[in-house]
Amino acid sequence: MATQTTDVTAAPDPEVLVEEIRVAVPEGGLRHDMRAAGIVWRRELIRFRTDRLRAITALIQPVLFLFVLGTGLSSLAGHSLPSGVSFKTFIYPGVLAMSVLFTAIFSAASIVWDREFGFLREILVAPVSRASIVVGKCLGGATIATFQGIIFLALAGFAGVPYNPVLMITLIGELLLLSFTLTAFGVMMAARIKQFQAFMALTQMLVLPLFFLSGALYPLTGLPAWLSVLTRIDPLTYVVGPMRHAVFSHLDIPPVFLEHLSPGLTWLGWPVPIALSLGIVAAMGLGMMAIAIAEFSKTE
Amino acid sequence: MVTHTSTNADGAVAPDRATAAAPRMKDPVISVSGLTKQYGEVPAVRGIDFDVARGETFGFLGPNGAGKTTTIKILCTLANATSGTARVAGHDATTERDSVRRNIGLVFQDTTLDTYLTAEQNLRFHAELYGVPKAAVAPRMRQVMDMVGLWDRKNSLVSTFSGGMQRRLEIARGLLHAPRVLFLDEPTVGLDPQTRSSIWTYINDLKRREDITIFLTTHYMDEAENCDRIAIIDHGKIVAIDTPEALKASVGKDRVQIQTADDPAAIAALAETFGIEAGMHEGAVTFSVASGEQFVPRLFAGFSVPIRSVSVSRPSLDDVFMSYTGSTIRDAEGSGTDAMRQMAQRFRAGRR
Repeated sequence: MATQTTDVTAAPDPEVLVEEIRVAVPEGGLRHDMRAAGIVWRRELIRFRTDRLRAITALIQPVLFLFVLGTGLSSLAGHSLPSGVSFKTFIYPGVLAMSVLFTAIFSAASIVWDREFGFLREILVAPVSRASIVVGKCLGGATIATFQGIIFLALAGFAGVPYNPVLMITLIGELLLLSFTLTAFGVMMAARIKQFQAFMALTQMLVLPLFFLSGALYPLTGLPAWLSVLTRIDPLTYVVGPMRHAVFSHLDIPPVFLEHLSPGLTWLGWPVPIALSLGIVAAMGLGMMAIAIAEFSKTE
Repeated sequence: MVTHTSTNADGAVAPDRATAAAPRMKDPVISVSGLTKQYGEVPAVRGIDFDVARGETFGFLGPNGAGKTTTIKILCTLANATSGTARVAGHDATTERDSVRRNIGLVFQDTTLDTYLTAEQNLRFHAELYGVPKAAVAPRMRQVMDMVGLWDRKNSLVSTFSGGMQRRLEIARGLLHAPRVLFLDEPTVGLDPQTRSSIWTYINDLKRREDITIFLTTHYMDEAENCDRIAIIDHGKIVAIDTPEALKASVGKDRVQIQTADDPAAIAALAETFGIEAGMHEGAVTFSVASGEQFVPRLFAGFSVPIRSVSVSRPSLDDVFMSYTGSTIRDAEGSGTDAMRQMAQRFRAGRR
């Protein structure tokens, strides 16, 4: 009791502290690596929280796609849709996937930024494994991109998507997976590309093709062979399919239309199970993260 | 068979070592032997040896491209040596990277702070990354921030800090994990004179408080005076290594600078009349003579080119640098890099 009181009242005198604080940095180990990954992750969150403008600007593009393109095209596409299902509902899962695309890749872009402004050096001279830093970065990007997706998820009602708890949790889980893989992709690129402009140009070049080929705007059945092949190469396809499946299984529409609008992904006629589809995305994310770790472990 | 081969190898290496072997220090904190580094075909460091004693402030000077930055990069585990060894705090900088990293603090010439975070968040990031024991983080953070006088600004974003404050915060951060060696790469570059001297107050204070060895590079010769010993590297080799006093004594000659109406003619006349080799440095005709104040009257008596002003100075570290590398450090650096750096800093400050 008495000691506690003295502790509280004792004014911390820097001169005295000099004698008392003996900092011995321990040998590495899993605990240390986890702390390092944790702080890299937390930095992403802090940066996201303090940069509200980024969250708003990242919302503009998906909102445009959903409400402007979605509304504009709905009169054209309306004939093939059952009553009560709007074109907006159809493209919602794809646009939702898009809403995390920018945030995830931007989060990885900060590595290039950090390199140009020196902060990366502070990270790379730390006595921790490169793996812990890359893992922290990928999880951090995944987390904030998912937050970004959740903001867009709040608009689901405007697209005729019900706020069903199971559906919401399913979609958030799929968003998290997608965000992780996209961030891992971005981190892998950032390990190699040293100029910010080059990185941004490259991502600009990749983002729209990824989006257009993912089946976000049209069903993946009855396509010409070349387009069919391209859509199957696009990693985004393997998330948009399951997300659309989740949304449409929570809508009350006749099975005929369901078959037409959310037919499920096929490889040469073989239906790809949803678990495999998501597994592919996870495997790609882990693979790209491993490449990123190897790249960052190199020394000149 | 095996023994035989190894004897041969030893025999081949031995004479090489003998020429390089200076009297080595006992128990050095930094120990570099036969260190070389090639970038492709280009040799950046060509076999250097030196030791730094515990508690020493060691200055490492040299013109750009002399191998200074490369050497620091190797010592800080950011680059691998092509051959030779570098040991820091008892560990090999190539094979025991993490052990070296735990024992060194770094302050680079360009800021490595995250300006979007607060001062405290920057330090906390560092503490977690270096695995500083949880119980020690808060008091140690307070201690290092007090040391550089930034404790009351701990919650401010780093982007609101002046250049000097950012540098102080970096020094605090470099000390956070109680390193045995602190590397200061141009710690005062781009700062105004008052801020420079205040940074040095903090560095000297730090030497008094912590058991630490400081490895320093600088362009400012007046700052190099703060060092216990100085090494000068040029063309990838160490050309001089000693205390500032001993180095100045080794130059021996006074430096004379004259402003004339016609500099090329003055240089020619100096060579012709006095047999003195002069050059242009810092915009003045510059040369060295054994006894400056006795030479000046002779110069005035028998010189054809009109002289506007004369200055005679005792050997300074500038002269030491000049006599070993053939240029003053300001000539060697040029103003181009400084201008670029200032531009980068302005850009950084403007970005928010």
